[in-house]
Amino acid sequence: MIESQKVAIPEVPDLDLAKLPNATIGDIYVETPRMTARQVRVNYGDKIAIEDVSLDIGSCEVISFIGPSGCGKSTFLRCLNRMNDTIKTCKVSGDIRLNGDDIYAPDVDVVPLRARVGMVFQKPNPFPKSIFDNVAYGPKIHGLAEDSGHLKKIVQEALERAGLWPEVHNRLDDPGTGLSGGQQQRLCIARAIAVSPEIILMDEPCSALDPIATARIEQLIHELSSEYSIVIVTHSLQQAARVSRRTAYFHLGRLVEVGLTDELFMKPQHEMTNNYITGRFG
Amino acid sequence: MSDLHIVSQFQSELDAIKAKIIKMGGLVEASIVGASASLYNRDAELAEHVRASDAAIDTLEQQINDEAARVIALRSPNAEDLRLLLTVIKVSGNLERIADYSKNIAKRTRVLLELRSIDGSPAALRRMAREVELMLGDALNAYVQQDQALALSVIARDEAVDQIYNTLFREFLTFMMEDPRNITACMHLHFIAKNIERMGDHVTSIAEQVVFYTSGEKPTDERTKADVTSSDAALSGMKPTWSTGAE
Amino acid sequence: MIDTPKGLVSPTMATKRVAASMAKRKKSERNFQRLGRGAIAVALAFLVVLFFSIFSKGLPGFFQYYVEIEVDIDRERLDPTDDLSLQSLYDGDARGVIRSALYAAVDAEGRSNKRAAGKLISPGAEQRLRKMVYNDPSLMDTTQTLRFALDDDVDSFLRGFIKRETPEKDRRINDRMVEYIDRLQADGKIIYAFSDYLIFGSASRNPEMAGIYGALMGSILTLSVCLVLAFPIGVATAIYLEEIAPKNRITEIIEININNLAAVPSVVFGILGLAVFIGIFGMPRSIPLIGGVVLALMTLPTIIISSRAAIRAVPPSVREAALGVGASQVQTIFHHVIPLAMPGMLTGTIIGMAQALGETAPLLMIGMVAFIVDVPGSVTDPGTVLPVQIFMWADFAERMFVQKTSAAIIVLLAFLITMNAAAIIVRKKLERRW
Repeated sequence: MIESQKVAIPEVPDLDLAKLPNATIGDIYVETPRMTARQVRVNYGDKIAIEDVSLDIGSCEVISFIGPSGCGKSTFLRCLNRMNDTIKTCKVSGDIRLNGDDIYAPDVDVVPLRARVGMVFQKPNPFPKSIFDNVAYGPKIHGLAEDSGHLKKIVQEALERAGLWPEVHNRLDDPGTGLSGGQQQRLCIARAIAVSPEIILMDEPCSALDPIATARIEQLIHELSSEYSIVIVTHSLQQAARVSRRTAYFHLGRLVEVGLTDELFMKPQHEMTNNYITGRFG
Repeated sequence: MSDLHIVSQFQSELDAIKAKIIKMGGLVEASIVGASASLYNRDAELAEHVRASDAAIDTLEQQINDEAARVIALRSPNAEDLRLLLTVIKVSGNLERIADYSKNIAKRTRVLLELRSIDGSPAALRRMAREVELMLGDALNAYVQQDQALALSVIARDEAVDQIYNTLFREFLTFMMEDPRNITACMHLHFIAKNIERMGDHVTSIAEQVVFYTSGEKPTDERTKADVTSSDAALSGMKPTWSTGAE
Repeated sequence: MIDTPKGLVSPTMATKRVAASMAKRKKSERNFQRLGRGAIAVALAFLVVLFFSIFSKGLPGFFQYYVEIEVDIDRERLDPTDDLSLQSLYDGDARGVIRSALYAAVDAEGRSNKRAAGKLISPGAEQRLRKMVYNDPSLMDTTQTLRFALDDDVDSFLRGFIKRETPEKDRRINDRMVEYIDRLQADGKIIYAFSDYLIFGSASRNPEMAGIYGALMGSILTLSVCLVLAFPIGVATAIYLEEIAPKNRITEIIEININNLAAVPSVVFGILGLAVFIGIFGMPRSIPLIGGVVLALMTLPTIIISSRAAIRAVPPSVREAALGVGASQVQTIFHHVIPLAMPGMLTGTIIGMAQALGETAPLLMIGMVAFIVDVPGSVTDPGTVLPVQIFMWADFAERMFVQKTSAAIIVLLAFLITMNAAAIIVRKKLERRW
């Protein structure tokens, strides 16, 4: 059990609750969604982390989740691949579907789910194995490769798509932990790609990286979005503005507003969104 | 939207820019009042004063533009802050053009004082200038107070200014056709009228910027162009009698 | 200063005050260091004294006195039925062959002289001759210079524990024997050599023949049983408690009990083994199997606790990464957590084994104190362990036993140091950076 997950649930001042809109502002629906969430609610014990969140994730789109600390964006992200299952006190209710199939149905096995919905974490966490083994682990345990030659090709293609192949192709046996921070994160992305997911979830993937490494990852996100849906949680408004097509603003566990990024950043519809992205709080 | 920025430096930078716009607006209003008064009262000294004070307005426009560029570069503003900074650049440009027109009026006034006076028109011009001055004041108030309704009303009032101009255009034509010795003075007066009409257009532009700033939308109504002088067939058919000889 | 200023001190004032406090702080630091060094010196002094006393007593125990004599390996006397069978050899007169050689070496004539000469040599010499001939029949009917151990009284005399000056009736060797010893020594036939008996001989009432081989084998067998039982069970328990068990009251109770078991005196486990395995199940006493089981019970808490700590030290980011890629919980544990936790687990196990190696009390309880001459060949043969052997030898009166006891202690210590060194090497080698 991963007990070390310390989740900070902020005390909700009545003043802020009063300002929340009754329903999410903006368009939560998308024409051919890959993932849909309806009335999702998440509790840690008796504390409510997420309340009544509904949202569509479209195919091949990049959508970013923004909001202050403790607003529930990471919690909601982790619902999408059921990583919250590892936290004992967490209870998820609501309807979340991947291509129409309810991922919280009692007979659903989380293992193949997590191959279809990949995840990249805030601090790069490559396995303490070689670069090759890092990328090959997923395909191996899911039986994706027909033979060892096929496996090598899978690893190469994943590393190429992650933009890491030119830098590591001649040292695939070196430990994954010996790479720089930005390279490690791209290795983690390659690891996620290697199991051919449909959606890649990224939880603040660049927060530990320098600006150049960040720019590379953002370029990579742009390239990947032609094939995968990407959901990215970020603390950097500028990053959300740069990479995403749609942006969703969370506050105190509710989804306040969602809309096209260029509209939301030019002309947010709700006062709280405006306050957040201009850096005001009363 | 009246909450303060968490970073107080950012807040004070935005406040400083707003203060500069207000100051510039005040100077421009004074300039309009002065130009109009110098024309009506035939006051050469006042006209010279108006002409000289244009330099300070130009400096302010430059400062506002520099400040806005700096804040955009350093603060990466979003939403209403970004709209404020984008519009303030345009608004200061509009104000500077208004002040230029005012200066031109003052210069022409100096010339007019040498010529014969034309009855009636200075009063109309004064009315026109007064209307534009009031529109400018309201537009700037709407800007600072983020009052969209006030801005929309300013846009509507431009029509009246245009009407006054149309009337004056016909009057001057009539004066010029009646007595060719009036032509020089009427030409100058006409240019003055045109300048005031253009001032009104710039004030309207400022009001449109206010609408964008407050709502993020461009105003959907087409700006009513009531100045028909360039397209009115009846007017263009009027020929001066002296050019074709005796009829 | 009129008023005491409140709140934060200004930087300049702070600099001054910090500088002023430095003298006192440095002084107390120096004192602490002096105390520390003093304590280390005292500890080292005790250590030196301990090692000195062990080694000064023990090193001589690795050597003993032998005599080299020319032996006429007479086939007829040694192998009466002439077929080199063990029965024939035992029926033969190996002792007589050796004695003949001895008489010849000291020119012993007459009954009492011959008896004196015969007492010089260890009773185990004849077994050695038999073995030699059995392994290499080509020695038959040849004359060889063979080396045999001297009797322990002779050995003590040669070391100076039995003094020449003592009157004959109080001495364990008589004057005639002393005369023969001098003669052999003058002829250069007495050798002081590394004692092959110590390592390769097993328990014996004769000190010169006594060795730790049997006890060593017993220790190895017992520890093997202990390892085979304790390691898998301990590691599996640690994995269960850390990764799989739900965090409820029952798990808490289990944890508390395990932690308490680590502090239980080891003799209690011996009593448990005696009551349950020997009393209820009726298994034989004194076998390494029972000893191993008892030691395993004793070592389990150590292994479980250190394995849990090792598992807990694996950062959760590794688990999350594995789960995120779609590994099941079992795959996460076995492919990622255990390899990273293995150095800690192995270190804990080796230390637990080293502790078990030195345990005496529980094994005494289950009866591994019996005098067992045969080397145990399997876990169900009766045997004893090294610390128990040392304990038994300490009881015997003969002088030579004292030295052999210290020598055995040195062997035991060497074992323990080796195991601890192995633990350090394993940890260093398997340490990974993540």
